[in-house]
Amino acid sequence: MIKDDPLKRVLYIDLTKKRFWIEERPDLFTHYIGGCGVAIKLLDENCSPDTHPFSSDNPIVFAVGPLTGLFPIASKTVAMFKSPHTGNLGESHAGGRSAIAIRMAGYGAIVIKGRSERPCYISIHDNKVFFRDATTLWGLEESAGKIIRNREPGAGLRTIMRIGPAGERLISFACVTLETYRHFGRLGLGAIFGSKNLKAVLITGKRDLPVTDFKEYKNLYLDLIRQLSESEKMKKYHELGTPANVLPLSFSKGIPIKNLLDTELRGIENISGENFAQRYLARRVACAHCPVACVHLAALRKPYEDEAYFYRTVYLSYDYELIYALGSMLGITECEDVLKLIEIVEDMGVDAISTGVTLAWITEAFEKGIINEKQTEGIIPQWGKVDSYIELVRKIVYSEAEFFKDVAKGIDFVSSKYGGKDFALTYGKNEMPGYHTGLAAHLGYLFGARHSHLDSAGYAIDKEAMIKPVTAEQLVEKILNEEQWRQILSSLVICFFGREIYTPEIVLKCLKIAGFNLNEEEILRIGKKIYANKYSFKINSGFDIENLTLPKRVFETPSSNGLLDKDFSDRAITLLKENIKSLL
Amino acid sequence: MKKYENFFFHAQLGIITCYNFIMPVFVKDSEKCVGCLICMFACSRAHQSAGLESSCIKVRSQGGISRGFSVFVCRGCEDPPCARACPEDALIVRKGGGVLLKEERCTGCGYCVKACILDAIGWKNEKNKPVICIQCGECAKSCHYKVLEFVRK
Ligand code: SF4
Ligand code: SF4
Ligand code: SF4
Repeated sequence: MIKDDPLKRVLYIDLTKKRFWIEERPDLFTHYIGGCGVAIKLLDENCSPDTHPFSSDNPIVFAVGPLTGLFPIASKTVAMFKSPHTGNLGESHAGGRSAIAIRMAGYGAIVIKGRSERPCYISIHDNKVFFRDATTLWGLEESAGKIIRNREPGAGLRTIMRIGPAGERLISFACVTLETYRHFGRLGLGAIFGSKNLKAVLITGKRDLPVTDFKEYKNLYLDLIRQLSESEKMKKYHELGTPANVLPLSFSKGIPIKNLLDTELRGIENISGENFAQRYLARRVACAHCPVACVHLAALRKPYEDEAYFYRTVYLSYDYELIYALGSMLGITECEDVLKLIEIVEDMGVDAISTGVTLAWITEAFEKGIINEKQTEGIIPQWGKVDSYIELVRKIVYSEAEFFKDVAKGIDFVSSKYGGKDFALTYGKNEMPGYHTGLAAHLGYLFGARHSHLDSAGYAIDKEAMIKPVTAEQLVEKILNEEQWRQILSSLVICFFGREIYTPEIVLKCLKIAGFNLNEEEILRIGKKIYANKYSFKINSGFDIENLTLPKRVFETPSSNGLLDKDFSDRAITLLKENIKSLL
Repeated sequence: MKKYENFFFHAQLGIITCYNFIMPVFVKDSEKCVGCLICMFACSRAHQSAGLESSCIKVRSQGGISRGFSVFVCRGCEDPPCARACPEDALIVRKGGGVLLKEERCTGCGYCVKACILDAIGWKNEKNKPVICIQCGECAKSCHYKVLEFVRK
């Protein structure tokens, strides 16, 4: 790290005492680079294994990396906390303006501790932190962001992270929304904000950063920008965005349909990326410092039912995971219906994937008579029927009824209590992402340190396996290698969409400009260490690696690679366990 | 470039003005701006810096990202209010439009920043000096979405 790089500064905020201070931690960044590498160390330092997720001692850690603000697409912020959804490691990544804002405010990481007595929001402007009263914002759906926006300086460069009613009401899969359209989605960071009486965090700043060699910096930058804007590898994200996956995945039977009950959904072509773009795409936007602009905003025009010729136009961001979770998974085949569900999910501030998968479980459980109208307060969930799903989402957030309070803890909890575990699509208590491409995807969700499809991109391994079969050993090796390399990318906070451009060679070059002299071997070792650190934290806080199993349903419905083989899967699970334990 | 010779559509302000001076960079269509800030970083590099502070471009959301962005760049006024506002004569009117900063004369009063109603002047805190557009067009060249256009007469 370059000596005067502000990256090493960690901002601590204590909500209980309304105090803040800055500690210089060059040690952390030298050893662990930034992002998830530094975040897991800070989480470990500030959160003991027995801390309850909703205890005021549970810290919220945000971290960015040395390339943020220097090179394009190093634009993510890693958030870490103890998850109220799984009880162990909570890790979530988001872009928007957040990473640039944190770096430009002069920090590499932020740790928020304690609990405010009253609702508050924090406003971080360079070296100053303001604790603002948010009593009047509590309970507001999306207008809280608007009010903060109008009151605070820094337009254009600032990030505003806020929660909705779901976070305030401690729904275990509540998200934090940034810049209206980006999210710290999975694992319930929103509920942690809520438990701290923290409605929002605003961060802004503006500064220059040091580099070791300006001429080399410029050349490398221009080369990267050219590749990111022109390369075929980025085209998909650039044009249709991730929804480009809908058709190919549905063709190969990789997109989950109706809680994985079905392999085909009539009319799925209506919710393809192509159709969304042609009919609803209104604007494209980018995370700060990314030329790709993969964020697609749809305009949904809604008539007022009680008055003629009055319309409301709402802008909603859509992507593949949302089309899966709030579309195919629920048997919905109209863009407009998917958008209506996205709207309610945004207004409530819940994670879209967990919400969709939960609604799918409710539908099947209802069909099977495990639950009935008494539990759902009269709502009849039915595949493809969007209105009842919208009502259900509201109920999950607002209802005081026992069943909904249980659902608000996720389907692992609700299915343990009411039955229906066999078709509860949950992995280590987190709901399933949108790829039923084969075993690598499912094992990735189960063993990934944050139970995300992005931990090891198992679907990509499955895609290879469709052409060339792999052994269990090879599969496990691929999963582990990929996940360990991704620890580096997410410590540099490079958006995974740019992963093919940021090869190890390029990464080392960029790091050199930022004052890190590392070679390939060293960097891989750091990746492995970070991965092990995460797993240690998980296991120390009660993650049960011994008893991990895949949902039974996964073996009943053919994937892109055909029916999954239970024996093969068991063998791979044993290998994964052995490998992971040997790292600890 | 012909069509811009006498008239220019100022997309961000939504006005058409007759122009008879040089405007090296202008905002051609801010509706296409994705808010990536790549132009701001390019401007910084043109001022030999990495980061955002040395940029004189401003990209702002129009009250929430759904409404898109506005981009503010120096339009290289022929009779620049920023230079007129400077009590130290630190801003020299440049031949062919825009201004040059004589840094040694600048006291850091910030009047130029206030005088530019396009908000197209940056500020370097460390030096306590403005950052002035050098009409190099790097921002326009770097904008992947052709929001900005660089015109050489
Ligand atoms: S590719 Fe998309 S998600 Fe990734 S940084 Fe760019 S705009 Fe953000
Ligand atoms: S900085 Fe503003 S006032 Fe000065 S020349 Fe540029 S646009 Fe005109
Ligand atoms: S580079 Fe272009 S698209 Fe990006 S912020 Fe600047 S003007 Fe907008």
